[in-house]
Amino acid sequence: MRTIDTAEISNAVCRLALKAGRTLTKSCRDALARAAEQETGAAGFALRTALENEKIAQRERMPICQDTGMAVVLIDLGQDVLLTGSPLREAVDDGVRRAYAEGFFRKSICDPLTRVNTGDNTPAQLHVEIVAGDKVRISFLPKGFGSENMSKLFMLTPAEGREGVINAIVGTVKEAGSRPCPPVYVGVGVGGSFDGCALLAKKALLRDVGSHNPRADVAEIEREALEKINALGIGPQGFRGRTTALGVSCEVAPTHIAGLPVAVNIQCHCVRCEKEVL
Amino acid sequence: MRQLTLPLSKEEILSLNAGDCVELSGVIYTARDCAHRRFMELLGRGETLPFDPKGAFIYFAGPCPAPEGKACGSCGPTTSARMNGFAPRMLREGLGGFIGKGEMSEETRRTLKECGAVYFAAIGGAGAVYGNAVKRAEIVAFPDLLSEAVYRLEIERFPLVVAHDAHGRTIY
Repeated sequence: MRTIDTAEISNAVCRLALKAGRTLTKSCRDALARAAEQETGAAGFALRTALENEKIAQRERMPICQDTGMAVVLIDLGQDVLLTGSPLREAVDDGVRRAYAEGFFRKSICDPLTRVNTGDNTPAQLHVEIVAGDKVRISFLPKGFGSENMSKLFMLTPAEGREGVINAIVGTVKEAGSRPCPPVYVGVGVGGSFDGCALLAKKALLRDVGSHNPRADVAEIEREALEKINALGIGPQGFRGRTTALGVSCEVAPTHIAGLPVAVNIQCHCVRCEKEVL
Repeated sequence: MRQLTLPLSKEEILSLNAGDCVELSGVIYTARDCAHRRFMELLGRGETLPFDPKGAFIYFAGPCPAPEGKACGSCGPTTSARMNGFAPRMLREGLGGFIGKGEMSEETRRTLKECGAVYFAAIGGAGAVYGNAVKRAEIVAFPDLLSEAVYRLEIERFPLVVAHDAHGRTIY
């Protein structure tokens, strides 16, 4: 049994949030740079501005995007870890609170009905999974809602099959059009239950842009969906062009014999995701 | 890159074509969903807006807090489509137009044309570029809305693309 004070987790969340708000993932930056070479006119202008933006953000220690997002925190908690100190939920929220104050990040969280802002960007959207071992793996994904708003969940029938899955992915990106800040990164969950499917889609976004699912048939869905999305011609910021998506990541899980849930979680071109293992 | 300085004359607005890349300088006002709802309430009661709408540009944006030594934090555009329900009414108050991101509705585009106004797309996600180009920022209305308050921004060389022009043409 290993003992970890939740203050350590709180500090890690704070560190990860500060870094994520100001940094693109390497795989995202590389994908944007490749796309910038292929685009001309307003689309090329948009991508060059996005790349320049990250440099300014780093130099000036400013957030990349003013939508510093809802703090999505995923924790894989080893079952041989004994947590001490304040409750995990409080520790995580405290880390978020400190990072968003210290980094001059926008506080974007409010009551869904009264729209009154909580003032400190808490609570985080926290997912905890108990896993084997004595490590704590923390992933921090600040999720902007321009893109989150364009996400969808489909309860397809088994008869709709693979083609239905691809149509759901491509159709969601097509309908979103210029609104989610394309070129987008598309996280897809296939299978599980209604709730589990949505979480799978979010977890797919933790993968590197351009990576592929180790299952060959799933990787093939990723490739085919990406090709069809980029054939839509929406382009960077909707200014037309070849690059509507930087990548499609798909995660699968067994589901019920009567169903085929598909969740499509849209991520904008600012892929911000930081991870740490304690 | 064509340089534009606010306020824009009707002729300048009419000379802009969808797809043009420009840099814009001058004074603009921010407003998002909640502020627009309040604008509608004010207008509904026959009251005036918290800024002079004649020729004004509304930037659909809610900035990050300003760090020490800076006028403004990150300040990129938000999705304009959420403001479609308010845009025609606001244009009829005499606005020069809007700055935001993404396509706006057919009705908004038609009203832009009717009113001789223009919609510029800022590059979504480039919050540091735009925040850095804000030279002065002050809240002029609804401070209780925090980042969603109405800010008066003095901007220098905002990189923008003409998205819906005053002739009814669109880049999307």
